[in-house]
Formats: sequence, structure tokens, C-alpha cells
Amino acid sequence: MSDQEVMASIMRDHIMNLLREGKRIDGRGFEDYREIEIKTNVIEKAEGSAWVKLGDTQVLVGIKVDVGEPFPDLPESGVMTTNVELVPLASPTFEPGPPDENAIELARVVDRGIRESHAIDLEKLVISPGKLVRVVFIDVHVLDHGGNLLDASGIAAMAALMTTKVPRVEYNEETGELTKLDEYDPLPINHIPVPVTFAKIGTAMLVDPSLDEEMVMDGRLTITTDETGHVSAAQKGESGSFKLEEVMYALDTAVEKGNYVREIIKRSL
Amino acid sequence: MMGRPEGLKLIDENGRRIDGRKKYELRPISMEVNVLKNADGSAYVEWGKNKILAAVYGPREIHPKHLQRPDRGILRVRYNMAPFSVEDRKKPGPDRRSVEISKVIRGALEPALILEMFPRTAVDIFIEVLQADAGTRVAGIAAASLALADAGIPMRDIVSACAAGKIDGEIVLDLNKDEDNYGEADVPLAIMPMKNDITLLQMDGYLTREEFMEAVRLAIKGAKAVYQKQREALKRKYLAVAEEVAGNE
Repeated sequence: MSDQEVMASIMRDHIMNLLREGKRIDGRGFEDYREIEIKTNVIEKAEGSAWVKLGDTQVLVGIKVDVGEPFPDLPESGVMTTNVELVPLASPTFEPGPPDENAIELARVVDRGIRESHAIDLEKLVISPGKLVRVVFIDVHVLDHGGNLLDASGIAAMAALMTTKVPRVEYNEETGELTKLDEYDPLPINHIPVPVTFAKIGTAMLVDPSLDEEMVMDGRLTITTDETGHVSAAQKGESGSFKLEEVMYALDTAVEKGNYVREIIKRSL
Repeated sequence: MMGRPEGLKLIDENGRRIDGRKKYELRPISMEVNVLKNADGSAYVEWGKNKILAAVYGPREIHPKHLQRPDRGILRVRYNMAPFSVEDRKKPGPDRRSVEISKVIRGALEPALILEMFPRTAVDIFIEVLQADAGTRVAGIAAASLALADAGIPMRDIVSACAAGKIDGEIVLDLNKDEDNYGEADVPLAIMPMKNDITLLQMDGYLTREEFMEAVRLAIKGAKAVYQKQREALKRKYLAVAEEVAGNE
């Protein structure tokens, strides 16, 4: 057992006792987010970037925009990809090396939330149909793991995308020559999806779990909704189980808290 | 989601789907347990065109040893697709999708297992997708829980699973490959039916709140139908054993 796991077994009783009195370990209400701080345009070399602090969690997202080939079955659509690096400076439990299952799950859930809501208007990112399109790389760099990396990453990704500037290009169909111009357009954004994550501990459902809460949680549920109230991703994570009523509660709360977080993102731009 | 062929209709004017099913109809499903000799438990599931084999080894000693937990056993799941299981050959080995699916399947099965009974050991589940036609993770979960039961590993319940989704604006049960490719959403779900505990829930697509809940409720119904098929498959195994014993007397 790692030190953290030993702590968890002691911590679990403490957290459970508090929850029975309706209290969380850091004094928050069950539906409260920790303080959210967002700074955009923090990396000049990236086309878009955002640094997010969610309680003790810190993530940095950089957006690189490149040109490349479209997928053969989607010739008239730009391409987006999402990658998460759990770099070892962020936690004693993170190890160097290729992305592990946690990084992959995190990236794929953030990706689905953005992709399925069509948050980025990929159809507007075509340079030459079937030949050349924009490729938007969303790279999440986790800097300090204080719990709920998913929401922090989703928030940072959207804040970064909304400040992304795409260089104009000139493309010569005959010669295939591509010239980057020194003029920029904002990345076309349709929607602002926001993931809201719940930790289930005993029978309590807690919004935005801290690391202490994640260490002892039975299960995790993330629901991503956009400003229209549509759901664009859902993911039950880790072990544990949820009742139908808990899923319904999470869905309604995700819409409400999503609206709250979305306003904070908008204010940061 | 892929570019959709011109004029493709997933539901026709009679309310039938491209494979002739009604909205709330499952594909044909057959299940068999104890199909492999070496594994401690195994199962084979055909679900529409999905062909899936699951095997369980353990509880057994863990290598590497540092993964051992003094208070409980651990569960490991590997979901793997055969290179020939899909239209375009899949590069062998784990890709990002398989890694995620392996992780969520582990989370779906773990609540059913009583791993505290086997400290320092591992239960290994291997799910091999021999042919894929959408819904492989839910079919894989159904196969894996049968293999766990076949291995005699103590469980709180059999985990059952099914997906629902949205095609041509309607919520339907159990999407096939074309419906998954050209539809609007897919909601795979797993459940422990005795207490209605949802152990896997994912959503890929774009749904209103109401549609999402409708899909969840429908997937639960589907999973309960799958549960009956799992129970029958297990009963068949023990009936066969009983007949053999009676024949020997």
C-alpha cells in the first residue's frame, strides 16, 4: 500500500462521519465547487492557452493549430484531438512514461464532451475539401493533482479554445503550396460544454471532489452539458454503482452547476 | 460519428430498423459457458454479429508482486480486439479506446465481486472480441460475468449490460454498427439487476436531458432481458452436469 492509500483508510472514517452530519471535509456544501481561477493566453507560443486552478488542482491547456489531412470518411471537417499528460511533478503517484489508463480515460471523456456538442465548428476549418484541413490539438498538462482533474481539464480546454487564434493561410490548389499569413481569426466556437463530476461516498453525492474525497470515493460520475442543456458526454468511473435516482439527480445538478461554471469561463476571457 | 451516406434511413416508414428490428428489440443473443479448457471460467457470447470470448483466471498469485493488496484481491481486465474483427484490419495490441474500455469494464464488474475474500491475489479477466458490430463492451461485460460465475468466484450478483441510443431522432435499444456510426448517440450501461445498481454508464453523442434519461431507462430494461439469458446459460451448464451424473448412476 502506498502512503496515500494508508491515509485513505483512516481518512474514510473521518469523511464518512462528517458526511453523516451533512458536512464535507473542507466545509463546502455537497453541490459547491471549490474556487475556480482561470487565466487565458498564458503561453504565447501556443495558438490558445488557459491555466486553471480548481482548489488545489492546477492544469494548463495549450492549443496548437496545424494543417493536415482530413479523415477519409469526413473530407469536409477539420480534425481535433485531445491528449492528457499526467506529468510526475503533479503528484507522487504519477510516473513518467506513455499515458496510462487514467490519462487516457481523462482525455477521452474531455474529448467526447467537446466533440459531441460540436463545440468547435470543425466544418469551418476546411482549407481544401478532402485534402487539407486544420488540425486542433488540445493538450492538457496536469500540474498539481488536487482532485477532480476531469472538470479542471474540461474547463481549461474550453477557456483555451475560446481564446485560440487561427492563422490565416493561402493555399494554391495547383501547386499545393501553403503560406501562413500574419493575420488571425478566432477559432469558431458553437457551444461551451462543461463537465461536472460527482463523487459518491456512501450515499452522498459530492460535486467537484477534492483529492481526499477521491481517495475514499466509491464511484465517480461525470456528466457534460452545454448551454442548451444538452448532454454531450457521460462517464461512470472507478468502482462503485449508482441508482437511477442518483443519475437523475446528477443530470439535473450537472446542468445547473455547468451554467455556474460556464459563467466563470466567460468572465475569464 | 462518420459521414453518412446520402439518403440512408435508419428507421423506415413502418418503424423498422435496417436489420428489421423494432425500436425496443434486442439483436439475437446466444450464450454458452465453460467453452475453454485452460481457463478457470469462460464464456462465449454471440450478440448480433458480435462474437466475444471471455476467460477468467484466478484468484491467483500476482506478478509483479508490488501490485498485491494485503486486505483484498485485485481485479484486472483486458479488453482486446482481434485484428480481423472489424472491416479495416485493426493493428494488434491495445489502442486508446481498448485501454479506456478495459478500465470502465473493470469498474463495471468490480462492485459485483467480493475481493476481500482473496487478499494478495488477482482475478484476471480477458475479453477477446473476435468479431465486432457495435456494443462490444456490453456484450463483453455479459460474457465476462458469465465467465466469473463459471469460475465459481463469489459474486453479489451477475452483472448484465446493454446499450440504448438515438437514431433518426428516436431512442432505440441495442445499436448495431451502422446505427452506431450514423446515429446521434450511444449509451452503454451495465447493471447488477437484483438491486438495480448501475455499474457502467457512458454516453457518446448529443441528447437532451429527457432523451438521456429515456435511453438510460431503456438500456436498463435491455440489460434485464440479457440477465435472463445469462441465467439460462448458467442453468444449462448445471443441467448438463446433473444429467451426466444421473447417467453414470
